[in-house]
Amino acid sequence: MIFHVVGGDPAYQMAGKYASAEQVQSLRQELGTDKPLLIQYFGFLSQIISFNWGNSWQTSQSVLQMIGLAMGPTLSLSLPSFIVGLLISLLISIKSLKSKQSHTNELVSVLCLALMSISFVAYIIIFQYLFAYKLDLFPVNGWDPSLLKRWPYLFLPWIIAMLVALGPNILLFRSLLKKEMEQDYVVTALAKGLSLERTLWHHILRNSLLPISTAISLQIPFLITGSILLEAFFGIPGMGSLLIEAIQSADLPVIKAITVLGALVYILVNLITDIFYTVLDPKVTLQ
Amino acid sequence: MKTNKLSLLDQIRTPKTFTISLFVVGFYGILALLTSLGWLAADYALVQTDLSYSPPSIDYFFGTDFLGRSVLSRALKGSEVALIIGFFAATLSTLIGLALGLIGAYFSGWVDDAVVWLYTTLESIPYILLIAGLSFAMGPGLNNLYIALGLTSWVSLCRLVRAEVYKQKCQDYMAAAESVGASHLRRILYHILPNVYHIALIQFTLNFIYAIKIEVILSFLGLGVEPGVPSWGLMINEAKDELTSGVWWGLASATTMMFILVLAVNLLVHSLNRSQPFYNNVRHHEF
Repeated sequence: MIFHVVGGDPAYQMAGKYASAEQVQSLRQELGTDKPLLIQYFGFLSQIISFNWGNSWQTSQSVLQMIGLAMGPTLSLSLPSFIVGLLISLLISIKSLKSKQSHTNELVSVLCLALMSISFVAYIIIFQYLFAYKLDLFPVNGWDPSLLKRWPYLFLPWIIAMLVALGPNILLFRSLLKKEMEQDYVVTALAKGLSLERTLWHHILRNSLLPISTAISLQIPFLITGSILLEAFFGIPGMGSLLIEAIQSADLPVIKAITVLGALVYILVNLITDIFYTVLDPKVTLQ
Repeated sequence: MKTNKLSLLDQIRTPKTFTISLFVVGFYGILALLTSLGWLAADYALVQTDLSYSPPSIDYFFGTDFLGRSVLSRALKGSEVALIIGFFAATLSTLIGLALGLIGAYFSGWVDDAVVWLYTTLESIPYILLIAGLSFAMGPGLNNLYIALGLTSWVSLCRLVRAEVYKQKCQDYMAAAESVGASHLRRILYHILPNVYHIALIQFTLNFIYAIKIEVILSFLGLGVEPGVPSWGLMINEAKDELTSGVWWGLASATTMMFILVLAVNLLVHSLNRSQPFYNNVRHHEF
């Protein structure tokens, strides 16, 4: 809705600098922006229900089709790096907590914080220059629509996405696990002779699965809206690139569709997490 | 009567990390003060086109950029810009989040519903769209940038404060305050606020880091400060075209300056996180 107020008159932008007043008016009629805001709002509501977003003002393609095309590249970028990143950070968190020395523990924290203190953009620029341009290990950017041939282009973005997510994830998992480690049952488990490693995997991890899955679920909407930076730098035609183009050309139907899609996924993920709770924790019942 | 109340500094377990990082942040504060007074790095805007892209030398410690401006001066001046963005964005978001969280949870009922509605709506919109919308509405510029950041990054603080106020409301001291006839304002400001300030403090520092880091990303999207303002974000983004021709000093100095400041603030949060009132409750931002 913000874009209704701030976007300026889209008809002016489309018709170009030298359009006559009549041309602008006819374009307005075509787009439906001459109608009162309330009617536009009801039109918007019906679009949400019917999933019919009409056509893009910029390319005249169907918005739904554009999103469908962009979804594949985005998911092939975000999903593998997300899953592998999660597993690595969980593994590092548990391994680092296992060590009795507070030095190792502290070192992991400081390393995570250091990783987090470098700008995302700087990571991309440095990695692209070093590994793709200088060492020529990967293509600098580009894309192949074929499912099998696209992975060389994805390798470097995967690594960067994982590296950036590693710091906050490890710190979060460790603090959640640490809290659980102070519970009395951990003392009991250790007292009866269980090893710390076994206690961590079998008792502590299970009990902290609930807060961990909440934290993970919050990141899921971003998998679909995609990483604008990675897609822009590596030339991946995903949702992030689509969004940037739409913002730059004030392509309202596309912006609206992506906004609603993001909100929808957000609501859906919350719902699924709530249902998932009852599976993880039998004490939780849905009302 | 002597109270056993510990001051905040006493409660912090790792005073060494805390003091060092506080010292570093203070150092940046002094740098920013000196550059704003013009006593340091006053030549940051001095254009010498014949010196374009000169490498690091005795005269220009970190070389010069495409207009022959001293990169060292611009990186130093950049700390002033970064501190302004970080401080004002974090202050604004802390004030909004704290006020809404306190009022919503204290009065509950429809007031609370309104607050919850507001932040769930804000949260479900993809963040970059929100920022882009606001930036379009207000135009570019340093002031508008931190206002836009402040207006959009208060949700996590509000959520945490609201949850804590709900807990505090049921405590006996609140019933006692009510029974002696304390007004609503007094109960909020004198009784509840001191019990939730630690959340605000942590969120303030996290939002501070967040604003500085997101400035780089917004600069990439063309939504940051105006070109010509010596911000680290612009310097890092300029590097994406310069690096292939061997100009590394702009990227290196801006990234290093940012790395040290952000790491120091991160360590500050980290040492707070290990101390009593905050114990392991910090959630770092992505990016």
